[in-house]
Order: sequence, then C-alpha cells, then structure tokens
Amino acid sequence: MKKIIILSCVLSIAILVSCNNQEQKPATNDNTVTTTAPASGQEAVQDDVSAKDVVKVAMSSKDHTTLVAALKQADLVTSLSNAGPFTVFAPTNAAFDKLPAGTVDGLMKDDKKEDLQNILQYHVALAAMKAESFTDGQVLGMVNGDNVTVSIKDGKIMLNNSATIVASIPASNGIIHVIDGVLLPPAKK
Amino acid sequence: MKNSKSKLIALLTIVTVISLQACKPKNVGSAVNADAASKTYVAPGKYDEFYNFVSGGFSGQMSVYGLPSGRLLKVVPIFSVDPEKGYGYSEETKPMLNTSNGFVPWDDQHHLDLSQTNGEIDGRWIFANANNTPRVARVSLNTFRTAEIIELPNSAGNHSSPFITENTEYVIAGTRFSVPPDNANGDVPINSYRKNFKGSISFISVDKESGKMDIAFQLRCPAVDFDLSHSGKGKSHGWFFFSCYNTEQANTLLEVNASQRDKDFIMAVNWKKAEEYLKAGKGKKEAVRYAHNVYDEKTHTATSEIKTEVTVLDVSDLKDICYFIPCPKSPHGCDVDPTGEYIVGSGKLAALIPVFSFDKIQKAIAAKDFIGDYEGIPVIKYESALYGEVKKPGLGPLHTEFDGRGNAITTMFVSSEIVRWNIKDLKIIDRQPTFYSPGHLCIPGGDSKKPNGKYVIVYNKITKDRYLPTGPELSQSAQLFDITGDKMQLILDFPTIGEPHYAQAVSADLIKNNSVKFFKIDENNNAFVSKGEGATKVVRTGNRIDVYMTAIRSHLTPDNIEGVKIGDEVYFHVTNLEQDWDVPHGFAIKGALTGELLIMPGETQTLKWTPLKPGMYPFYCTDFCSALHQEMQGYIRISTADSKVPLLFSTGKNMPVADTSFSK
Repeated sequence: MKKIIILSCVLSIAILVSCNNQEQKPATNDNTVTTTAPASGQEAVQDDVSAKDVVKVAMSSKDHTTLVAALKQADLVTSLSNAGPFTVFAPTNAAFDKLPAGTVDGLMKDDKKEDLQNILQYHVALAAMKAESFTDGQVLGMVNGDNVTVSIKDGKIMLNNSATIVASIPASNGIIHVIDGVLLPPAKK
Repeated sequence: MKNSKSKLIALLTIVTVISLQACKPKNVGSAVNADAASKTYVAPGKYDEFYNFVSGGFSGQMSVYGLPSGRLLKVVPIFSVDPEKGYGYSEETKPMLNTSNGFVPWDDQHHLDLSQTNGEIDGRWIFANANNTPRVARVSLNTFRTAEIIELPNSAGNHSSPFITENTEYVIAGTRFSVPPDNANGDVPINSYRKNFKGSISFISVDKESGKMDIAFQLRCPAVDFDLSHSGKGKSHGWFFFSCYNTEQANTLLEVNASQRDKDFIMAVNWKKAEEYLKAGKGKKEAVRYAHNVYDEKTHTATSEIKTEVTVLDVSDLKDICYFIPCPKSPHGCDVDPTGEYIVGSGKLAALIPVFSFDKIQKAIAAKDFIGDYEGIPVIKYESALYGEVKKPGLGPLHTEFDGRGNAITTMFVSSEIVRWNIKDLKIIDRQPTFYSPGHLCIPGGDSKKPNGKYVIVYNKITKDRYLPTGPELSQSAQLFDITGDKMQLILDFPTIGEPHYAQAVSADLIKNNSVKFFKIDENNNAFVSKGEGATKVVRTGNRIDVYMTAIRSHLTPDNIEGVKIGDEVYFHVTNLEQDWDVPHGFAIKGALTGELLIMPGETQTLKWTPLKPGMYPFYCTDFCSALHQEMQGYIRISTADSKVPLLFSTGKNMPVADTSFSK
C-alpha cells in the first residue's frame, strides 16, 4: 500500500514538473492512457534462469544499494536492462559515502533527477570493455555525452585519476567494474 | 488507518487529475481511455487501409502486412530460396539468385524503399537490399514478386541501401564494409585498411517505364563504414546524405575502436555534380564482375547476365561532389524531413540529436567554411551546418521518421522508447515506452514529401515476454501507435518474419487496384509452355527428358509416364492452364532433392528431377485447388538404365489391360 502512495506521489510530482518542462517529460507521466501493455519494460521480464544483466548483478550486491536506489530514482533501470552492451562503473556504497555529507540525499530529490541522471549516465558506456582492454590515456565516451580518461599505474586502472577499478564482474548485457570513487562529470559550459 | 490511506490516494489522484488538466492536452480524446482494439479492428472481409512492407532481415525476404490490423498478407521471397513458392528451386527462378560467386541461396535483407515520383510514393515498385552479398532488388507491386536483382561490385555489407532519389532516378547503395576494390589485389594485410581499403557508393539508374536497373556509376570514397542514407527532396533534390561511422578506420574490435572520435560524419553528396563529371568523361572504367538478373513476366523465366565493367568517379580527385559534416558519435539513421531542409543524424552513442540545415550546408560550402579535410574531402564546420540539437532526447537514438505535421519521431534503442519532437523548435513533445529496444520505425510515406501521419510502426529488436514463449528465439515485434493525437498511443503488437529493419507503408488505394490476377496464357512465351492439353508431350533428347505438362482442375496431363530410365534428367515443365484469380497449382514428386513448384494461373514453371533408383514415383498437385484436388495426381515409372520400356505418356488412356496371370 505504502508503495502505491509513494508511486502516486512521484507520479503527481512528475506530472506537475512535466507541465513546466516540455523537454523533460518522464516516460511514465501519462497514466491515463489505457493499453494492454505492461507498465514496465525488460526489467519486469520474469526470468530466474538466464544470466543476470548489469542491473540484476548490481541488485544482488550488498555493496551497491546506494547505486541501485539511485538507478531506480533516475529511471535508468529499463535502459540498463536493455541489450546493451554496457560498461558500468559501479561505485560502492563506501564510494558514495566519500562524497560530501548530504550530496547523495540531495541528488535523490525529485527536483534533482536530471543531475542524478547526468551523474549516473557518466558511469555508463555503450560497449563491453573488459579490464584488460583498457589502455593508459584512453578516453571513453560515456552515455551522458562526456568523457572519462583511463590511466593505468602499477597495474591499477584508474578513471579520471579519482576512482580505481577494484573488481570486474561480467553480466549478460555487459560488464560491471566496481570502483571506489564516484565519477563527477565536468561542469556544464 | 485504511480509510486515511484511501483518502490520501484519492487526494493524490485528484492532484494528478488537476495537474493533467493544467497541462491542457489539445486533444483530450488521446489522453483519456481509448479503445485500442476498435482502432485496429478490421472486420472479416474488409480490407486494411494501408499496406506495410516489412524487411525480413536474416530471412532474406519481405513480408507484407495490412494496417491497422497487423494481418500478414504475404511473404515475398527476394534474396532467399523459398521452397514453398519454388523460388530458387524452379529452373525459371534459379537465375534470380545467381551472383559473381555463383548461386547464393540466402541473404540478409535490411531496408526497403518504395518508388517515388516528385517525392511522393507512386506505388510501382519497392526496392530491397541484400546486405551480405551486395545486391539490390526491385519487386513489382503488380505481382508482388521479385522482378530484378543487380549485384554491386566493389562493395561489402550493402547497408546504406536501397534508398531512392525523389523521382526514382537512382537507387543508391553505400557499402558498410569498406574493402579493397575488386580490380585491386585484396590479398593484403587486414591492418593495411587505411592504405588499401575503399568505400563505394553505387548509383543504380532506374528506367522510368520498365524500372530496369543499371549501375550508372560508383563513387570511390574514403574507407569508412557507410551506415544509412536518405535522399534530399524538394530544395535538396540532387543531394544525398549518408551517415558514416568508423572514421577512426579501425579494422578490429570496432566496438571499442570505432567509438574513439567525438564526431564521425554525415556525408553530403551532390549527385547532380557527379552526373556532370560523368558526362564530361571524368569516370574511369574498371574491370569487375557482377550479375544482373531479370525476371521476364512473358517468358516466366529469369535470365542472369554477368557484367564486366563499372564506371568509377573518385571523389578525392573530383573535389566538389562530396562534403563531410561532423556528426556526434557513430551516427546511424540519416533522415531528411519532408521539406528537404532538415537532415537528422542519429548518433547512437550521442546524448543529443543534431539537425542539420540544407541551406546552411550550401552557405558553408559556398563560403568554404571548412575545418580541414578528411582523406581529401572537405569537412564543413559543425556549427556552420547545424540547425540545432535536440537535447537529451533519450538514450541511443537510432532512426527518425516524419509525421507531416512538422514533427519527427525518433527511436531510442537503449531507453526503449519513441520520442516525438518538433523540427522547428527542437522541443520534445511526447515520449512513449516501446518496452523492448526499438530499431527502425515507419510512418506511411514517412521518408517522402507527403507523410500520412496516422500511424507509426516501431520494429523492436527484442521481444522477451511479449508473446507466449516459443523456446530460445522469439518473434520480433512490430508495435503500432496511433499518432493522430498529442500523445502517441500504442494500439497493437504483432509478430514479424525474421528481423524487421526498415519498412515502408502506403495507402492501399495506390496499390490494390493494380494487382495482377492471373497471367494470360496467350502471352505465355515460356520456351516449354503447353498452351492446352493437346500440346502436352514427353520428349527424349539423349538422356534429357522434357515433360510438357499442364495443370487444370483437377488433373495433370500427362499423368502416366513410362520409359524414363536411371541416368536420365527429367524436366517437368508445368503450365497452369487456369485463367482465374487465386488458383495456383502446385507440383511435387516423391524423393525430389528440391522444393515444389507453385505455378500461377497462365504460368509455366520447371522442376528438374534426377531419379536415382528404379521404381514408381507419384507426383501431385500440392495447392488445394478444387474438391477433386486429391485426385490431381500421377505416376512416373523409372526403369533401369538398360531398360527397353518405350517412352509413353498419357492421361485417362492407360487403362488396365486384360491380364491372364491376374485372372488365374
């Protein structure tokens, strides 16, 4: 029941917001059109036997609850359940905790959804990049449109000199590289 | 507690309703409950309003659906053999699949384009590409059969194809995989891509009356991947636009290595200028080999000719044919709006959709507003060609079609949605989930000057969970949206054949009255026709047996054949004598290592059969044609190689003889 209320709240707010912002109507704002289609996309497919996609892998990790909550808040679950292929740099909960106090809570607010989307999309590239395929100085184009620079020192792969890949986990639709810092996109011009 | 929760929900619902009203949808009908079923219901016996021609992808064929019902009307074999229709199995159709490599029984059919006159669909032909062994086909919309296939030399991965110019002057085919030209030595290291590989774009002329295709010329271009293309129209008639990726010129792990540059290109081609150079004799003739296959509706027979020369214009030498326009991140779709002014490049890895202006491109070219050149081709400054950018459209923009009301609709592969945006102010109007990764989309006439913005059909690549499970592979789905209101409304899902890529749709009125009902038997010029049962015969020429056979409800003539021996090759030339709509006869013989024949009324088709052991072989009509269809059968007796059984054939005469041994 609580969930329904929260959902309704989100919808109400989303709809209110959408009136003011023609460019950024959320995909789910139209709750009055009745079709026989289910309300969610590929993430809702009932399938417990297939290899897990990047979202499901993240969901099964105790160290990524902040990331998973953020992906849900940013409406990115459907996208990341897609065929991909994705390279996801997945900051751990500890990595999020390293951000200044209140940063995450602030980003989780509905009026900051666009900022949250921008940050999370800065952690995703459309390519399945294995750890061994990264090269020193490599520039990766991320989904949000900005670039991440790879550096390799003493066998450690660093991103933007601010986060290190601590583990790599293959998923059905790409690869998750667990990182120990949150990547912050360059400030918009 | 329960009560208070209910109240809260009720309150929120009211807030939602109020906020919706605050949005003031122009068309309330589209935002309230609508009966999707009634919108797609076409009563039994009634025609659909539109034909929808859907590419078959790895099936190699084209399927034809009715809209809005989503009913499958026909599968037209083009690039793959079809034992059901005898296509590629009958002697008459085998030459259609001939290539410079020999007989190719399969291909990967990606895109379709209907012929146009003055930028509007004229309902005469539909063109289809073969991606793997590069070819372009022309399908007749009178017979819904493949009329012609032309192979493309110097090409590989014929992907940005087969898109037509405004008056179907040309069908254009750009190569996705650049390769060393055919007359060069291709036996070179793969990593010499930059040095030895070239991209080719073929301009295939189309005869105004007959539709006959011919490669007028090819443009020799830098080695990149030419992905998709569309013709200019109206003010931009005379120009063609191609999306290019892999401008990094990678030859391995393109997944990573072709995604390095921030911008790849849209290539603008001034083909009228190319025609001038061609006329001025600037083309170089090159020795190549390619097949040109034509199906003759009078002889009901295809012929295949191997051609040996193509004229090439080198665009690095002839500087003012091609211009590159930077386009973000591996552009895929390259679509031109109905006015011809706006060119939309969809960078599948980009976070925006750039829209280029034809006028600005012309100004930039005139002012030589270039930032340099790429492999000898001028590169126009991005900002100088850009009309504007659609910001944050969604993730993974792929393809765009136009609704004829000033809007564009773009598929978003990664975020699984379609997004409608206004071409003028580049603002997003509506977005609707497609649930499963959409690839191409199609609006009737959506790439012409006159779109019919009633529906958009979205072709999804993945259909997990959309239909009843059918094992590991699921039929890919098409989704029909009503786009007449402010909100695009999903009204139907329907399964497709193979993998649908680009599709076309057109008002049925333009096509349905031209449909051929049968072929006139008097005009049948097949070399082995029997224009009547009196003309049937069996002729031995050495070890070749020609059976001149007829089929009419409900018997085959001859239906008893004896005197054929091991070592013989038997050709059954079956003429369907019917002169009545929708009465094909089929023909099949036991043990034949081939398909059946499916012979249209008035047509002759030939099945070659080599008997391998002596015995009795029944043959019969496979297409239920009448109440006595089951009686439409016969026998051919196969004797040993040294047999002295005389050649005999008949229908209704070979009666049992008085057999004394039997009466004992």
